[in-house]
Amino acid sequence: MFIRRVWPARSFSRAGWLDPLQLRRDMDRLFDVLWPGETGAPGVFPAMNVTRDGDRYYVRAELPGVQTADIQIAVERNKLTVTGKREIHEEGNGVSYHRRERSGGTFSRSLTLPDELNAAAVEASYKDGVLTIVLPKAEAAKAREIKVKAG
Amino acid sequence: MATREQEIQIAEKRELTTGTEQLHEGPVFQPAVDIFEKPDSITIVADMPGVKPDELTIDLRNDVLTIRGPVQSPEGEPETAVLREFSWGNFFRQFTLAETIDQAKIEARLSDGVLRLELPKVEKAKPRQIVVKTA
Repeated sequence: MFIRRVWPARSFSRAGWLDPLQLRRDMDRLFDVLWPGETGAPGVFPAMNVTRDGDRYYVRAELPGVQTADIQIAVERNKLTVTGKREIHEEGNGVSYHRRERSGGTFSRSLTLPDELNAAAVEASYKDGVLTIVLPKAEAAKAREIKVKAG
Repeated sequence: MATREQEIQIAEKRELTTGTEQLHEGPVFQPAVDIFEKPDSITIVADMPGVKPDELTIDLRNDVLTIRGPVQSPEGEPETAVLREFSWGNFFRQFTLAETIDQAKIEARLSDGVLRLELPKVEKAKPRQIVVKTA
């Protein structure tokens, strides 16, 4: 793997301590390099990845084992809201659990995108447990080329 | 059929960091699993979002069960990241089984990113009583 030097090598201060603020800045810089785009610890389920190309935003979330009828998507201006529930059925009597790591229940997640969206043209698909929402920008938010008139 | 009806708490994907080196690039995650046992079988349910049914591999040898699910990032070429809260990566997990499993009767089903693996136990040979004869 090719490793780019992200920050200059720095010697310890005379007392031998690392400056905590400097360390913090270094860590932030490292995160920016490793994960471009805004990186935030996800606080609300489901975790989402957002990408964009020219005219669209793509929002993807891992939602294994969710019925599509149990997912609701709402778009208003530049705000996307995804709510739903994930059911995990009890296996009934006479079974003993060794591990129980999967969690079920309800979820509700809102995301504000940088541009206004064309709510009528939003499309969502669900495949292999991954939810993909494609959100075209509103006409007004699209970049437009403006020709300079000579005259 | 009761459901656990509470709000789902976010859990970060557990990245696998073993001493074994990976030959392919990218992170490897441990799928969250439920494992339960009935008198005649063991069932493993694993969350593996993004894994296609024909790309999942399940392997059982020497009591070690290995499940492996490759995941390719669905992000297309012109897309650039705006917000990244989780990474795409392959799923991998191994279990050591204490019970003897009837390999021929293993059943696996992967749908909507959830793997359900039924492992039937081998019927135990009946204990045979050995009578010690006295001379």
